[in-house]
Amino acid sequence: MKTSKSSVVTEKIRSFIGLESNPVTYEIERHAVERFACAIGDPNPLYSDEAKARESSYGGLISPPTFLRSLLPSAYPRQYPEPFAHILDGGSRYRFYEPARVGDRITVTRKITDLFEKTGRMGTMLFKISEISYVNQLGRLVATQTTTTITYGTGEKDAGVGDH
Amino acid sequence: MQALETINTTTSIPKILFGDVSVGDELPELVKEPDNRQLVMYAGVSQDFVPIHYDLKVAHAAGHRNVIIHGALKSAWLVELVTGWMGTAGRLLEFDVSYQAIDFPGNTATCFGRVADTRIENGAGIIELEIGLRNSDGDVTTPGRALVSLPIEAHFA
Repeated sequence: MKTSKSSVVTEKIRSFIGLESNPVTYEIERHAVERFACAIGDPNPLYSDEAKARESSYGGLISPPTFLRSLLPSAYPRQYPEPFAHILDGGSRYRFYEPARVGDRITVTRKITDLFEKTGRMGTMLFKISEISYVNQLGRLVATQTTTTITYGTGEKDAGVGDH
Repeated sequence: MQALETINTTTSIPKILFGDVSVGDELPELVKEPDNRQLVMYAGVSQDFVPIHYDLKVAHAAGHRNVIIHGALKSAWLVELVTGWMGTAGRLLEFDVSYQAIDFPGNTATCFGRVADTRIENGAGIIELEIGLRNSDGDVTTPGRALVSLPIEAHFA
């Protein structure tokens, strides 16, 4: 694999590695959790049955683990110069430390940890590895999510392509 | 007036202990029959409005025969497979997923898993699971892994 002359990972883009997004805080609202559980089709009572959740080892309602995904990180302090128009989700790695409870206030921060390009069926693709951290109102780390976002192709930018 | 969307919760919650689990055990499969409606619901709750998940023209332009399922929705199902199996006394510690191929609404998606390792670490019962989602052709489009802890003694469950 050639290491020289990247067409996509410019100095300007590389300067985003390590940059943290502006923190944003969300309250985990009970009905948002119910709607999320309903949309994914997960009947686990811990997400919507208060009595059962209270008598469980959690002691109260929690959110589904991937609910954190709906707590979108905020923008970077500078405009990220996304070079491509289309987006693919390559995958996620979650590490869970504390339950994200209904009523918690979760502060979300994202950091780009790596950027590299590959050439494949869809031409040149930019791989962006980001680590998102979720911290609760007690200052405790609830979870981290490491995402792989792939962008590719030219033309009119898809909705949301710059937001991941 | 249209009723609000609601979900009926499961009435019985499994309670399994670390000692109930052996390497090679298979998790009960979780079968999903996603339709466009579910994709729209998921777009709404996750705020993922990338149009390839609801706009057929965009999906066709990208070379797909249909709109495609959000990877993160497949993740939610794989997590349901694990958390539904481990019960309310278990804890999900780690979940990794790789979206290696695309899945479409209208096709059955089956989540499966098997116990890859069991060990005791710092007094906790740790279970490592190999998991994945296969499509109706039997291809595994979305492999993953999960790490959970289960109580060792019944009084913690």
